[in-house]
Amino acid sequence: MTQANPMLEMRGVGKWFGNFCALYDINLDVRPGERMVVCGPSGSGKSTMIRCINRLEEHQAGQIVLDGVELTEDTKNIEQIRRKVGMVFQHFNLFPHLTVLRNLTLGPMRNFKVPEKEARETALHYLERVRIAEQASKYPSELSGGQQQRVAIARALCMKPKLMLFDEPTSALDPEMISGVLDVMVELASEGMTMMCVTHEMGFAKEVADTMVFMDEGEIVEVGPPDEFFGNPKSDRAKLFLSQILSHH
Amino acid sequence: MATTTERLPPPVKKRVKLTLIDLLIFALVAAGVVYIAYRVESVLVYKWSWDTVLQFVVRRDEAGDLVPNLLVTGLLTTLRLAFWGTIAAAIIGLVMGLCRTSSNLFLRMVARLYVELIRNIPPVVFIFVFYFFISGQIMPLLGVDEFARNASPETARVIEFLFGPIGLFSNFLAGMICLAMFEGAYITEIVRAGIQSIEKGQWEAARAVGLSRFNVLRDVILPQAIRKILPPLAGQFITLVKDSAIVSLISIQELTFVAIEVAASTTRVFETWIVVGVMYFVVCYFFAVVFARLEKRGQRGRR
Ligand SMILES: Nc1ncnc2c1ncn2[C@@H]1O[C@H](COP(=O)(O)OP(=O)(O)O)[C@@H](O)[C@H]1O
Ligand SMILES: [Mg+2]
Repeated sequence: MTQANPMLEMRGVGKWFGNFCALYDINLDVRPGERMVVCGPSGSGKSTMIRCINRLEEHQAGQIVLDGVELTEDTKNIEQIRRKVGMVFQHFNLFPHLTVLRNLTLGPMRNFKVPEKEARETALHYLERVRIAEQASKYPSELSGGQQQRVAIARALCMKPKLMLFDEPTSALDPEMISGVLDVMVELASEGMTMMCVTHEMGFAKEVADTMVFMDEGEIVEVGPPDEFFGNPKSDRAKLFLSQILSHH
Repeated sequence: MATTTERLPPPVKKRVKLTLIDLLIFALVAAGVVYIAYRVESVLVYKWSWDTVLQFVVRRDEAGDLVPNLLVTGLLTTLRLAFWGTIAAAIIGLVMGLCRTSSNLFLRMVARLYVELIRNIPPVVFIFVFYFFISGQIMPLLGVDEFARNASPETARVIEFLFGPIGLFSNFLAGMICLAMFEGAYITEIVRAGIQSIEKGQWEAARAVGLSRFNVLRDVILPQAIRKILPPLAGQFITLVKDSAIVSLISIQELTFVAIEVAASTTRVFETWIVVGVMYFVVCYFFAVVFARLEKRGQRGRR
């Protein structure tokens, strides 16, 4: 089983902003169906790492191989890879001038030339799954933050991605909205979606994660199963981080 | 629930009133106007002769019917210039605005050069240089004159309706292109500002979905940017109507050009320019009101 090709391979990935090194020698494998949760202090490079995976940031060293295809400079290659990777942002980033339904159908219709009727059906199917189908004809600004984030998840799912990236999907939400979004994510995880999720929701991490990744100062400090990471963190930095983050919960 | 009836009504709105200072300023301005009128009447002993000029607006033909005269023809040419000039300037502005925000250094430099060139040369100088280039080189190259000369009567009628007298077709086109090049630089900057005002998250979300560069712009960025830039674009259209006066210098027979001729032949300088000023004002103010209405209506809809 372990011989299955990884969905995502990162080999010695490095990234600099000017002279500032935001990522250094990142090595990571994500198996198909694996649920990986990434945590670490603010500014440790978590966002930068997952943004490199779909080329919202360009890595300057190492290799990123997604589903057997290496990420290169070529525009077509980048577009192909982005179509295989769904991304959910902290601030949703829905398209405000389009209805919820059009937000969802845009990608499939433009990228794969899916006929409108079929795209709508797919969209409604995923809206159903994030329990928001009745809002299909509304505009994003008419929805609550939690609803918008679920629409954003559905928008990513409509592209039938092989890997879903989440960048702190619940950090911008009011507390009462968080559980609705987490429920959707747990459900997605239970259906075997390959996921890489930056979050500080440690309850969620314990529930769904196969692997915990702890980052600090642009490096991966610890990788391991959640029981090990939470029960017996090896590095001092992880211990400190966990004590800080868990003391609030 | 029951408290709703017991709650206080909203506080009475304060009326906006003119203060004493406002009234004083009004009085001063009025006094100034009266004084100037008095000077013109009694000191300059200027004999107003509105009829002389007004007959260049409308005149009676042999049958005694009122028909539009030179100044109205000039105004129509101005409006045609403004209409086509706006369309051409919008296209130039859109293309150059996209270049200005492109990731391609060469395109950015071309657009920058265009904008800086036009913004840093007096319009008159630009128009002189550019006009002689267009009318001397481009128009003959495109065979516009020949086309106009050989046009069938039907084609000619359509052209006359859209662009004015067919004999002046190439002249009109050259003037219109000059104007559009000139205004296009300002629209470029409006478009650039509009595109740059769209937050980074929109670009990222559109790219993350895997849209091609073209689709990112067409489906996500431009629709939002255009909504934002409609008000300044409307303002720029009105500016274009006024700026069109400048092409009188290259003998495009629009309102200002005609007015110069009328003023010279009648020697009624004051009257001519007051009439022309009123004509420009009415047109520009009309569009300003229409655009303000449209903008309000747009705001009522969804954002
Ligand atoms: N576009 C950028 N330009 C310059 N520095 C950046 C940029 N994006 C992120 N950084 C820096 O890189 C570091 C990592 O940022 P980020 O990946 O957002 O951290 P995290 O998501 O873990 O909070 C931070 O120090 C941040 O200031
Ligand atoms: Mg972050």
